[in-house]
Amino acid sequence: MLKINDLHASIEDKEILKGINLSVNAGEVHAIMGPNGSGKSTLASVIAGKEEFEVTKGSVALDGENLEDAAPEERAHKGVFLSFQYPVEIPGVSVTNFMKTAINESRKARGEADMPANEMLKLIREKAELLEIDRKFLSRSLNEGFSGGEKKRNEIFQMAMLEPKLAILDETDSGLDIDALRIVANGVNKLKSKDNAVVVITHYQRLLEYIVPDFVHVLYNGKIVKSGGKELALELEAKGYDWLKNEAVV
Amino acid sequence: MDLKDKLISSFMAFENNVDIDHPVHDVRTEAIKNFEQKGFPSKKDEAWKYTSLNKLQKIDFSIFPKQENALDYKDVKKYFIHDIDTYKIVFIDGIYSSYLSETTHDGVDICLMSAALSKPMYKQIIDVYFNKVASKEDSLTNLNTAFSKEGAYIYIPKNKMPKKPVEIVHFATGNEAALMLQPRNLIVVEENAEIQIIERHQSLTTNEVLTNSVTEIFAAKSAIIDYYKVQNDAQKASLIDNTYINQKDKSFVNVHTFSFGGKLTRNNLNFYQNGEYMDSTMKGVTILGEKQHVDHHTLVHHIQPNCESHQDYKGIYGENATGVFNGKIIVDKIAQKTNAFQQNNNILISDKATINTKPQLEIFADDVKCSHGCTIGQLDEDAMFYLQSRGIPEKEARALLMYAFANNVLESVRIPELKVRINKLIAKKLGVNLGFDL
Repeated sequence: MLKINDLHASIEDKEILKGINLSVNAGEVHAIMGPNGSGKSTLASVIAGKEEFEVTKGSVALDGENLEDAAPEERAHKGVFLSFQYPVEIPGVSVTNFMKTAINESRKARGEADMPANEMLKLIREKAELLEIDRKFLSRSLNEGFSGGEKKRNEIFQMAMLEPKLAILDETDSGLDIDALRIVANGVNKLKSKDNAVVVITHYQRLLEYIVPDFVHVLYNGKIVKSGGKELALELEAKGYDWLKNEAVV
Repeated sequence: MDLKDKLISSFMAFENNVDIDHPVHDVRTEAIKNFEQKGFPSKKDEAWKYTSLNKLQKIDFSIFPKQENALDYKDVKKYFIHDIDTYKIVFIDGIYSSYLSETTHDGVDICLMSAALSKPMYKQIIDVYFNKVASKEDSLTNLNTAFSKEGAYIYIPKNKMPKKPVEIVHFATGNEAALMLQPRNLIVVEENAEIQIIERHQSLTTNEVLTNSVTEIFAAKSAIIDYYKVQNDAQKASLIDNTYINQKDKSFVNVHTFSFGGKLTRNNLNFYQNGEYMDSTMKGVTILGEKQHVDHHTLVHHIQPNCESHQDYKGIYGENATGVFNGKIIVDKIAQKTNAFQQNNNILISDKATINTKPQLEIFADDVKCSHGCTIGQLDEDAMFYLQSRGIPEKEARALLMYAFANNVLESVRIPELKVRINKLIAKKLGVNLGFDL
């Protein structure tokens, strides 16, 4: 589904990603771990099409289609979703209205008619329930005054609404208490299917106890320096990253 | 003949149509002298540095409309807040339209300036309030005073509140190739009384229109006034709005100015705080494109201690639009414990759009809290990416962010139907259909 080939990306002439290779197939969960500054969030942003980053070499393809020239909204229409580490506040626009716009814009791009209002309402209710979101929450301004946990839960709610093919969760566990973590992870697990894939970016093993990965990759200094199964995450938790840094130099 | 000469020579013709024995006529005579002496402001005047009236003065404006013109309600309904019942004071080419209006004398007076200036029953109020807060120095105010004859007259006695909001609407129909209008409004709200007013100037034509309006507002002790100015006029319509507000103890006056169109708009909004424990609030949303120009000049004069003023103006400028914000706050020496806040934030969405913003604080008291801030920026790229990553195209994403930027100014609009209308106007100005009403 996702094929990243020798991806190099820079911001203001500073190279952050230095040759990433990654294949994600439908039905799989991949975890990307690594120390601060290793390029995890950059990788997520580049896949989602953030224009600040310049892809200098290599490619990102979704279902065999090179995404190079696709704007962020076009990638979203093709089924890419990024759960943000720091979601943006939009005063005056309710969660419900925001989702209506997002869903109908995607439908428009696919040549479909707007979702009928009653269907939309039903969908919103169903997905809100999945993430244990209170009805009142949906009429609040998007992310405005939300707690860290509420913001992250709202991100996964949006993912549930948009039903992406490829979901990238960028540090979705940061700022979550254990209950919120469980709700969010439970939501992600329920959305998982043989037709979609999830890439979880995290510092810690904690989230991976709930969203169990098929593959774990360690990103260090803009490269994937080690890949393995879910046991790699446990090893990292126990040993830290230093032993891998040494390995990377070799 | 240039406009100044034409106006001065028209004054004699004007005198044939008003009661020159009325004491108000002495005020007019004094005012025309002052205007003759000063003339139109030029770019040499500091207060008019960024707004030029030169081109307007070259247009051959008719000073008096030649004939009455009628409008069908169905054709102009959309310019009213028609989903609620309101009192209406409507003028067509400067002439009162009784057909489109709904005035009242039921416990309050919501009627016409021409009546107030001619009927003895209003004389006492006119003597006390007419031209008492309006500037005697400002040349354009003097020009309006000289020709003051028609406009809205509103008197709300102690403890009263009209049953519904008042709409003051001026239509221009294009009967004249170029028309100059000079409405004069007087609004007196007595102790503990309350009113909501919506004012709109609407040209229905591509002919030139220039409105030089003066509104005097008196808020007595504990009075509450909400005043909304909707400025979304046609491409060749210009407006100079001179509003003067005199406030007494514990009164609240809020003025919202929504500037979405028109060729040239100048808002001179002046607050004089003649009492203690009061609040003056000025808020504005400006969204301009094409070659539109808006100049907000605010003044708050803190004359007595223990008062507050709040200013929050948001501006979004695209294409070749130009904007000015000049916010002057004066705190007199005895006006201790003053809290004066001023904020002006702007977004430029085109390389050719311009904004000149200037806070002007003159503080003579030492125990005050005064803050001011102005920003000029572009839209936040991270926020854009967030919205686009949810499938919202660039144009719609921009519109949502601009709406979010202006949103807090709308929160204090206390007429829900007006708020809905303003939101729709904003969506229209931003050129988007977001699938829901903003």
